[in-house]
Amino acid sequence: MKILTLIRQVPDAEARVKLSGNVVDLGGTTVVMDGMDEYGVEAALRLREAGAEAEIIAVAVGPQRNEDALRTALAMGVDRAVHIETEERLDAVALSKVIAGLARSEGAELILLGGQEADWDSQALGAATAERLGWAQLTWTNELHLNGTALTGRHDVDDGNESFETHLPAVVTTQQGLNEPRYPTLPNIMKAKKKELRKDDLATYGAAPSLNYVSAEIQVRARLNRVIDGKDPQAAAAQLIDLLRNEAKVIR
Amino acid sequence: MILVVAEHTGGKLAKASLEMVSAARSSGREGPITLLVLGHGVAGVAAEAAAVADQVLVADLSELATYDAELWAAATAQIARAGEAHTVITPGSRSGREYAPRVAVKLDAPYLEDAISLSAHGDALRAQRYTYLSRVTETVEASGPVVVVSAKPGAFAPAAPLGAPGEQYDIDLDLPERRVTITGRSVEKSSRVALSEADIIVTGGRGVGNAENFARLIEPLADNLGAGVGATRAVVDAGWRPYAEQVGQTGKTVQPGAYIALGVSGAVQHLSGMGKSKYIVAINKDAEAPIFKVADYGIVGDVSEIVPALIEASRR
Ligand SMILES: Cc1cc2nc3c(=O)[nH]c(=O)nc-3n(C[C@H](O)[C@H](O)[C@H](O)COP(=O)(O)OP(=O)(O)OC[C@H]3O[C@@H](n4cnc5c(N)ncnc54)[C@H](O)[C@@H]3O)c2cc1C
Ligand SMILES: Nc1ncnc2c1ncn2[C@@H]1O[C@H](COP(=O)(O)O)[C@@H](O)[C@H]1O
Repeated sequence: MKILTLIRQVPDAEARVKLSGNVVDLGGTTVVMDGMDEYGVEAALRLREAGAEAEIIAVAVGPQRNEDALRTALAMGVDRAVHIETEERLDAVALSKVIAGLARSEGAELILLGGQEADWDSQALGAATAERLGWAQLTWTNELHLNGTALTGRHDVDDGNESFETHLPAVVTTQQGLNEPRYPTLPNIMKAKKKELRKDDLATYGAAPSLNYVSAEIQVRARLNRVIDGKDPQAAAAQLIDLLRNEAKVIR
Repeated sequence: MILVVAEHTGGKLAKASLEMVSAARSSGREGPITLLVLGHGVAGVAAEAAAVADQVLVADLSELATYDAELWAAATAQIARAGEAHTVITPGSRSGREYAPRVAVKLDAPYLEDAISLSAHGDALRAQRYTYLSRVTETVEASGPVVVVSAKPGAFAPAAPLGAPGEQYDIDLDLPERRVTITGRSVEKSSRVALSEADIIVTGGRGVGNAENFARLIEPLADNLGAGVGATRAVVDAGWRPYAEQVGQTGKTVQPGAYIALGVSGAVQHLSGMGKSKYIVAINKDAEAPIFKVADYGIVGDVSEIVPALIEASRR
């Protein structure tokens, strides 16, 4: 069986975002593998360690620098990588065409991806891909087991969580709590350099952006920054409540 | 027509449904606003829906007794096609954002996710949305015969009722088999004000110390203020509070009138979920904590000393 584990590269959470003209400019920004995708890679590796016979393939669609994130996945233990290199910004509906196409040509049966990436926050690629393939989808999983083709686990829903049961093929999105991703060891980083990183041409997938990006803005809300010294807790508390009641008028 | 897929729980129309109707009204797109009610035993929901919509389509079917992404997507796409909808609006809840992309693919439509505003520009529909952990506001545009939208919870004011209620129509659907079986369910019902509805939120972070302190400090203060209770991921990971209370990138996005953060450092992933609050209040013993940078009011001090005093001072 083949498992695809999707990799996105996003700005490091602590990095400052800046705009250039009308778009976010990542020039000079530290980029890392999306935290969500580390859970996906880890989940794939653990399914294999628990007995699933699987080839694990890391996939990224994006600019050349994505190679770094793919190498990280390879160093974590993924078998090979496919990089569909493009500078074009593809929305989730367009991307799903690429991922579904690749899943078909590889004959994959399980796709692991993040529940929500940390840059555009679409939260849509998993569902869109599952629809294109006609597969089951499970989102926000925090527990996952595979027994033959039976997939069981637990995932979060609007008002709590559910245990589920389905079968492959399926698309599964990851989230915090699913596992604790491993760090690549030095020997594995060395080995990863020799693993296959295939380049695919975006044109073969026939995907075109379905959205038009008009503009972007960074709005920083001015805050009052009125900080009270808490050495006298009673006085500080009384002052704060007074400000909230009579100045901000947000409490009664 | 503009097709709005109603969200409801416990036999009641959710606030999100009123917000979606308001999104539809503000979109500048023409045609009747049609609320689609999917479920079983939903007559009450349909009646509530009729108060705000031009018409209500009710699929009251036993197969729809519990939510399933594939069924919801199939139902929505069928009705959108049959009614030649040019705009389909779905909830920005977890479930909404789980089936909306499937609807878009079925309809071969572009998808504007998590919209905070909508406006028509000629044939195109424009949406604003937050990206990069809510630090960037982006404007995106979609065109084509039909566009699918999900509306961010809390971003649109709930719609006011119309003078006369809309007509209700019962509909039948051709639905696929379920592929996912739910074998167990646990609902994290908090007896407190729901975060999405709360005007004031009191959130505790790791600085609160432990679960007992959370109950001793955060809950009574929230009670005095009539507030909802929130938590950081650190607190949820430690098992002090349920995930339903987590605020942030991977938790809820909230925008209350006042957000009171106690023992919270203010990590970007947390700020992403509450940074748009009207007023932010922080109490932290570290004057350098990043939360103070975004705070309107703050106290530098130990929560175990300041919060009991706040509980006292806020007693009405
Ligand atoms: C992919 C990803 C997603 C994430 N999603 C979320 C999310 O949705 N929500 C979220 O909250 N986090 C999220 N995080 C985690 C986030 O990065 C922080 O780790 C987390 O918010 C920290 O929680 P905290 O402020 O409670 O704890 P800490 O960062 O440990 O801060 C505790 C604070 O309490 C103060 N303090 C300690 N003792 C006292 C005292 N006695 N009195 C007063 N102050 C005191 C300290 O000075 C400190 O500032 C995410 C991280 C990742 C990587
Ligand atoms: N360009 C991309 N290449 C590979 N994987 C992606 C890409 N964009 C998104 N993903 C995957 O989809 C997840 C969720 O993205 P989204 O649904 O767009 O929020 C990410 O965490 C990645 O696992």
